[in-house]
Amino acid sequence: MAEQVIICKELTKRFGDFLAVDKISFEVSRGEIFGFLGANGAGKTTAMRILCGLSYPTSGTATVAGFDVYKQQESIKRNIGYMSQKFSLYENLTILENIEFYGGVYGLSRKTIRERSDELITQLGLQQESRKLVGELPLGWKQKLAFSVAIFHRPQIVFLDEPTGGVDPVTRRQFWDMIYAAAAAGITVFVTTHYMDEAEYCNRVTIMVDGRIEALDAPQALKARFQANNMEEVFYQLARGAKRSSD
Amino acid sequence: MNSVILEGVTKTYNEGKVHAVDNVSLQVKSGELFGLIGPDGAGKTSIFRILTTLLLADKGTASVQGLDVVKDYRKIRDKIGYMPGKFSLYQDLTVKENLTFFATLFGTTIAENYEVIKDIYDQIKPFNDRRAGKLSGGMKQKLALCCALIHKPEVLFLDEPTTGVDVVSRREFWDILNRLKAQGITIMVSTPYMDEAILCERIALIQEGSIMQVDTPDQIIQSYPVRLYAAKADDIYKLVQDFRTLDTVDSCYAFGEYLHLTMKADKPGDEAALLQFAQAHGHKGLEVKAIEPGIEDTFIRLMNRKTQTDG
Repeated sequence: MAEQVIICKELTKRFGDFLAVDKISFEVSRGEIFGFLGANGAGKTTAMRILCGLSYPTSGTATVAGFDVYKQQESIKRNIGYMSQKFSLYENLTILENIEFYGGVYGLSRKTIRERSDELITQLGLQQESRKLVGELPLGWKQKLAFSVAIFHRPQIVFLDEPTGGVDPVTRRQFWDMIYAAAAAGITVFVTTHYMDEAEYCNRVTIMVDGRIEALDAPQALKARFQANNMEEVFYQLARGAKRSSD
Repeated sequence: MNSVILEGVTKTYNEGKVHAVDNVSLQVKSGELFGLIGPDGAGKTSIFRILTTLLLADKGTASVQGLDVVKDYRKIRDKIGYMPGKFSLYQDLTVKENLTFFATLFGTTIAENYEVIKDIYDQIKPFNDRRAGKLSGGMKQKLALCCALIHKPEVLFLDEPTTGVDVVSRREFWDILNRLKAQGITIMVSTPYMDEAILCERIALIQEGSIMQVDTPDQIIQSYPVRLYAAKADDIYKLVQDFRTLDTVDSCYAFGEYLHLTMKADKPGDEAALLQFAQAHGHKGLEVKAIEPGIEDTFIRLMNRKTQTDG
């Protein structure tokens, strides 16, 4: 049995009388690409914030990279990477400066930063642009760079919050090539998306509705169970009845 | 009759360095549901802002309902509704207050044009006294649409209304658009989701400021010039990589559960040849079949061809 890098048991988050996350339980294996789907307002962001060590649960237990979400938030942060659709690199720093900055934040030595950034710049084919301001790069490149920076410190897990929103179809696929490569290198990928074709690229997918996990399985198995041709139909069948999506 | 006309419109930023819109010509027919399909940075928002008289083009001319966007900008503003991509209502006014505010701006009342918004407004009415900033994404979107419709516009411009919205809300939103179209309103809508293209009467595929193709979704799919194959195997990621090493393959990319591929020259027996090649590379759970392309396949093909011609 593969090593579990995320373990959630009846994880719950309550805001007043509102149950944002309602007893969710699941496990994610090392190197897995885990799709975390749900309707708007289903509780995905709240759950993700807890797993990233940014918010405390109300009850239940969870460990991320072996660390407890109540007591070891700082250790969690050091062992994960995070990237969202909202571009988070500094537009007025160059590509190299951004890499150095984030490498420094994660406590890598100057030597390691230099070695890895040379390697990264070559991999991305950005030798000509490395001293250009990030703000001048096209969107597709920015997103690819943001992902590379999010895994620059070789985290055990990387959390991706709608990483491909608005990105063109060719770049979107190049981005998924990078996700596969990261997973093959042993980094666990926890990803949310509104593109249902991307749900098919995940090893397993959860679908959250009204704070609960309504389904968790491989895309193939979910399609068989719901007699659906694609993941969009599975999602639609499950989320159609959501009470919260419209409030 | 054409409701919206663009003729050779060009818009640059950064002293001409960035070509946001590059010599675009388009016509949207009266009463049509027209889609502008393209990723972020394609120039969709600049086109909307030029048509809604909020931005001046560097070159070219544009008109809405026969009115010039430069000379007659004031008249145009009375005739159009615009829902920008970024939520632009007053966060600290309630639902009702926002709606009343926009109705008053256009010299009308909620009661006067109630019929136009009824369908949509009924869904948010229970939250009349809630501040707009406290609404969920889907509700904000419905309120913004009500505010864009309250003066009974002849043309509606919707800039990425479904971006970041889940599949269920997206379907609902398209149902609403079709009902508005039935009321005779011309609708120009943009989206980065290729699967939504099929829901429009005609679409323009746009990338890096240029229109790549304009037609009905059916025609665009039919004009796909080569055969398209779908393939899958137990290890789909390795299958993509293996097929990319094959000389006869022109393009190969992941597409949901399958990968899609095209050949440099279509020949009978391609399917069998592909299957054989994959078997020889030790793949299990194989399937290869010819399929109908979708809008996204067309978009990818046009994009790749454009990159090749641009050098």
